[in-house]
Amino acid sequence: MTITKKSYVAKSVEQMRPSGIRKFFDLAATMEGVVSLGVGEPDFVTTWSVREAAINSLERGYTSYTANAGLMELRREITRYMVERFHVEYSAKEEVIVTVGASQALDIAMRAVIDPGDEIIVVEPCFVSYAPLVELAGGRAVTIGTTGDTGFKLQPEQLEAAITEKTKAVLLCYPNNPTGTQLDREDLEAIAEIVKKHDVLVIADEIYAELAYDQPHTSIAALDGMRERTILINGFSKGFAMTGWRLGFTCAPEEISRAMLKIHQYAMMCASTPAQYAAIEALQHGMNDVESMKKDYRQRRNYMVQSFKEIGLDCHLPGGAFYVFPSIQSTGLTSEQFAEELLLEEKVAVVPGSVFGEGGEGYIRCSYASSMSQLQEAIKRISRFLNKQKGSAV
Amino acid sequence: MKLNEKEVEILEILQKDARFEAADIAKMIGTTETDVTETIRRLEEEKVIVHYATLVDWAKMDNYTGVTAMIDVKVTPKRGVGFDEVAERIYRFKEVSSVYLMSGVYDLSVTVEGKSMNEIARFVSEKLSTLDSVVSTTTHFQLKKYKHDGMIYASNREDNRIVVSP
Repeated sequence: MTITKKSYVAKSVEQMRPSGIRKFFDLAATMEGVVSLGVGEPDFVTTWSVREAAINSLERGYTSYTANAGLMELRREITRYMVERFHVEYSAKEEVIVTVGASQALDIAMRAVIDPGDEIIVVEPCFVSYAPLVELAGGRAVTIGTTGDTGFKLQPEQLEAAITEKTKAVLLCYPNNPTGTQLDREDLEAIAEIVKKHDVLVIADEIYAELAYDQPHTSIAALDGMRERTILINGFSKGFAMTGWRLGFTCAPEEISRAMLKIHQYAMMCASTPAQYAAIEALQHGMNDVESMKKDYRQRRNYMVQSFKEIGLDCHLPGGAFYVFPSIQSTGLTSEQFAEELLLEEKVAVVPGSVFGEGGEGYIRCSYASSMSQLQEAIKRISRFLNKQKGSAV
Repeated sequence: MKLNEKEVEILEILQKDARFEAADIAKMIGTTETDVTETIRRLEEEKVIVHYATLVDWAKMDNYTGVTAMIDVKVTPKRGVGFDEVAERIYRFKEVSSVYLMSGVYDLSVTVEGKSMNEIARFVSEKLSTLDSVVSTTTHFQLKKYKHDGMIYASNREDNRIVVSP
């Protein structure tokens, strides 16, 4: 008689595929002397005045829970910031929720709007957790793949074609991880028209909004008739170099905010109190530091795009975030082969585009959130790798 | 002189690290290598770029005895030339590494480098205090250098981010 061990794990979770990034992390973590372009977070340490504000809050003994939606003072700062930077107005009292990173913000947004079977349109290549979060919330992720020919911009007709009666929301992330693509106002207006026509919701992950290099970021919620149908997601991780603090926020119309807050108060209670005090300081006095980091990122972006072109990899100029997404199709390798061989042979870690979904195959994500000297070294090694590839192909 | 955005950006990059090559700077700011080389040459000529040097942590050297003092100097400015004349008389001494005109309770902040405290003491009492315009001096010796020109000396900051993250 054979006894099959009973699994206690839910089938829905059992069936979820693990993040493709994991494999490279495991491999790279065992190696010495790796130059990593695989890091999805700033190389800057959080500004000292911001760290100091958190320390000060601890010294004063501010260690209790805050209101579920976050400290009122922080929410007021967030609403002021959103008006100044992105021209969108929200009520600090009713329409802002401070969350544990933009990741948790995404989670409560999904759970607040998805009924079983609802379709959420996910535009790929994209951040690895979108589809799993949709599915965990009981929805179905319908993916649209964007391509290099259009600079990975979502085309309005693609969106139109993907919308069905079951479509509840479209999930957009611009500036985009992994492609760095930014949509300008006209691009967004065309998308907004379709969204309004079909009366669907937009979940806009604008975590990279501060890091837009060629023109200021336009928030889709700022467009005519969009505020009432948009859940804005933003946070402090990227622009303010505060990834480890885990602090994000949502801005959404009152009805949706109330729904998200219900989930947030049961599942999370509130975001970390010291992190919230730090964020107040970041919004009040941290903008100069954001500008100075942004200037560095911009120079590095230019350097990377130009360097990739010089060593023979086609690369579009991304408008934001801190990723370049060069094509490796000329090598004849799949993006996974390329990333693996590059790591083993030259100890440069990049992330294969294929892990980010449809449209990512044939590309690699290279983060330039590293010092210029690291980037120079990485380019040198990739160039050597490409030359060896060419040599062996003949 | 009026500097354009590109010139300012080149200066900012070089101020962080003077060893950036023109080819790389060109890529960073989106112009040609020739343009960068030419701009730098012009900025050097105009003395906007004054000098390139290396920050050295001499404390790393065994038996290093050098000392640095910052001296607050009160002076009587002269009609017509103000503080410039006395500042010049001070900065001509090779021991003097910097001279700033300051607002506040004293006038000139003078940094002096010497091989020993004695050497600096001699400089202050024999050379500096004896200048006609100098009214008084207060000498502060540096004990340890933590940060200089934006660089932290004893920094052992490591990149502890995980190697690959989404």
